Amino acid sequence: MIYTYDGSLEGLLTAVFEWFERKPGAISLVTEERYQPDAFTSCFEVLTNRSKADRVWKGLASRLDRDWMRKAYCTFLSEIPEMQQELFLFICYVFQHQAGAEKNYGNTHVLNIAQTARKVEREKHRMEAFIRFQQTADGIFYCGIDPDFNVIPLIVNHFKNRYADQQWVIYDLKRHYGIFYDLHTVEEIEMNVDLQQLKHAKQTLLDQKEQLYADLWKNYFKSTNIVARKNTKLHTQHVPKRYWKYLTEKL
Amino acid sequence: MSERLIEKLNILADAAKYDVSCSSSGSDRKNTNKGLGNGHHSGICHTYTEDGRCVSLLKILLTNHCIFDCAYCVSRRSNDIERAAFTVDEVVELTMNFYRRNYIEGLFLSSGIFKNADFTMERLLRVVKKLRLEENYNGYIHLKTIPGASDELITEAGLYADRMSINLEMPTETGLKLLAPEKSHDDVVKPLGFVKNQIIQFKEEKKLIKSVPKFVPAGQSTQMVIGATPETDKDIMYTAAKFYKNFSLKRVYYSGYIPISNDSRMPVLGTQPPLLRENRLYQTDWLMRFYGFDVRELLNEENPHLDTDIDPKLSWALRNLHHFPIDINTADYQMILRVPGIGVGSAQKIVQARKFGKLYIHQLKKIGIAYNRAKHFITCADSPFQLKDFQGHQIKGFILAESQSKYLKTANNQMLLF
Ligand code: SF4
Repeated sequence: MIYTYDGSLEGLLTAVFEWFERKPGAISLVTEERYQPDAFTSCFEVLTNRSKADRVWKGLASRLDRDWMRKAYCTFLSEIPEMQQELFLFICYVFQHQAGAEKNYGNTHVLNIAQTARKVEREKHRMEAFIRFQQTADGIFYCGIDPDFNVIPLIVNHFKNRYADQQWVIYDLKRHYGIFYDLHTVEEIEMNVDLQQLKHAKQTLLDQKEQLYADLWKNYFKSTNIVARKNTKLHTQHVPKRYWKYLTEKL
Repeated sequence: MSERLIEKLNILADAAKYDVSCSSSGSDRKNTNKGLGNGHHSGICHTYTEDGRCVSLLKILLTNHCIFDCAYCVSRRSNDIERAAFTVDEVVELTMNFYRRNYIEGLFLSSGIFKNADFTMERLLRVVKKLRLEENYNGYIHLKTIPGASDELITEAGLYADRMSINLEMPTETGLKLLAPEKSHDDVVKPLGFVKNQIIQFKEEKKLIKSVPKFVPAGQSTQMVIGATPETDKDIMYTAAKFYKNFSLKRVYYSGYIPISNDSRMPVLGTQPPLLRENRLYQTDWLMRFYGFDVRELLNEENPHLDTDIDPKLSWALRNLHHFPIDINTADYQMILRVPGIGVGSAQKIVQARKFGKLYIHQLKKIGIAYNRAKHFITCADSPFQLKDFQGHQIKGFILAESQSKYLKTANNQMLLF
C-alpha cells in the first residue's frame, strides 16, 4: 500500500495518524509529486490536517526528549525522500514500543534518524561557520547560500542572537527563500531578482569599505598559514571544495 | 592608510601564528545588551589554513617589538625583522569588522613585551575594555597574560577576557633555561595560579551574589614547543598532566617546532617540523582527558616515547593484551572506551543499545566502530570462534597491513626527521 502526502511535516505527521487509525500493515510513504500510480498497489491519499498533526507531534514530544525531537525535525529538513519514509517508520516505532525505545541503536530506523540528523546538523554548523556577509551600500549584511539540506530554520536563532545590532539577510538560492533581520525580528522573505545577481552582490551595491575588509581578511588568511606545515588533504577534509564558493578568503 | 594597515596585519599575524591555540569554545557569554556577538559553547572554526588548522580567531600581536631574546621566537630582539605596532583603535576596528562579516569568532590578542610587562599588559587591557565597554562587543576574547604583569592588571583583564593563556614554551625548566636564560617556569606558574584562584573566588561569590561578573569563563590554557629541545614524550606529557591538575587548565597545546633561525642550540633551518610526533602527543592528551587513561599507563620508564607507527591507544592495548578480549555485551563502559577502534560516541551507543538485546557484528559496524581494528580486542554475540591466541606483534601486523596506506604516508614524513 502507498500513502501519498503533500511533502510537509504536517502531512507526514497526519500520515502517522491515519496509519494508526487504519493499521494497514507495511506501507510506503511518497510525496504526491513523486507518486507514480501502478496497477498493483493501492493508494491512500493523506490530507494534511493541522489538528491530527499536532496530536501526533505532542504525543511524540511526550515520549522523546528535546534532543530526539530535534533529530526527528532535522531528518525532515534533510529533504531526502527515503529518510522521510524512515522518519514515518521511526515515529510509528516509537509509538509502538516502550518509552526509551529511541535509544536502541541496534534498530535500523533509530540509526537512520540519528545518522541523518547528524548530517543535517553538520550542514547547519557549516553554514554558521562559512557564511560570509558582505555589507551593502544601504548597510545590510547579505549572504546567499545553497545548502545541501534546508537548514535555514535551524540557523535563525544563532544569527539573530549573535548579530543583534546589524541588519542582515541570509538567502537560500536553491530553495528561493531567505530570512531578513531588521534589528527587531526575523522575517521570511522571497526576493524577485535574478539569481545570478544574488550570488555575489555587485561592487556598486556594496559599502565603500567592503573591499578593504575583504582584502584585509584575505591577507590575514595568507599570513596565518604556516608553509612548513602544508597539508592539503587535511585542509580539503575540513573545507570540502563545494563550500569554497562561500569563502571570501578563497575568492 | 589602508595599505599600511594591510602591511601591519601581515607582519603581526605572521608573528602570532606560532601560537597554535585557536579554540573559541567554553564561553557562554550572552549578547544581552543587543550588541554584537556571543560565545558558542563548542566554538566555531570559520575556515582552515592550508595546513589544516582551524581558524576561529583573529590572532595577532599588538606589536612584535620585544625586549626579550628567546631563541625559539621570531620576535626576539636580536632577530633582524620588520617591526610594527597596531594602535588600540586599529585592533578594535579589525575585530569588529571581521566579526560583523562572520569571518571570526573573536580576537586572540598577544604581544611582544615593550618597555616592561605592566606597560604591555595595560595596552592589551585598553583594547579589550574598548571592545567590551564602548563597542558592546560580546564575541570571544583570548588574551595573553604577560609574565610579570601586576595582579591588579591581570584581575581587570580577566573581567573582560573569555580565556587567558600563558605559555610554558619548553616542557622542562632545563629546556627553557637553555633557550631563554632570562625566563623561568616560575614566571608562568605564578600568574596561572593567580588566575586559577581568582576564577574559583569569582565563582564562589557568584553563587551568593548574582551580579558578580564573569571571570575568564573559558578558563586558561598553555602551550609547549615540541622538538626544539631534547625532552622525551614522557617529560612532555608528565608536565602536561601536572599542569592540567594543578591549574585546572582547559587545554595544553603542543606546537611542533618550526626552525626559524640558525641558532646551534636548536634544529637547523629547513628541518621538517615534527608533525607526527605532535599528533601522537595530542592523541595522548585526548586519552588522558576523555578516555580515563592515567598518563603513567601510556608513558613510563619502560616506554618514555610514544610509538610512531601506531597510535597510543593501540600501543597500550597491545602492551596489555591480558585485559582483552572483552565482551561488548557485558563489559564496563570504561573498558569499552579502551578498545582500539571505539570512540566515545560509539561506546555510549553500545552501552545504550545492548539494553535492548545482545549486539551483533553488523550492528557494531553500523554504530560506527572501526570493526577491523576493534575485532582483535572484543567479542560480541556472533564473534567467530578463535582457535589461537595472537601475540601483540601479530595483531599489530594485521592492523598495519589493513591500514597500510594511511600509516605509511605519515610514517614517511616522520622518517625525514632523523
Ligand atoms: S618574550 Fe615573548 S615575544 Fe618576546 S622574544 Fe620571548 S617569546 Fe618572543
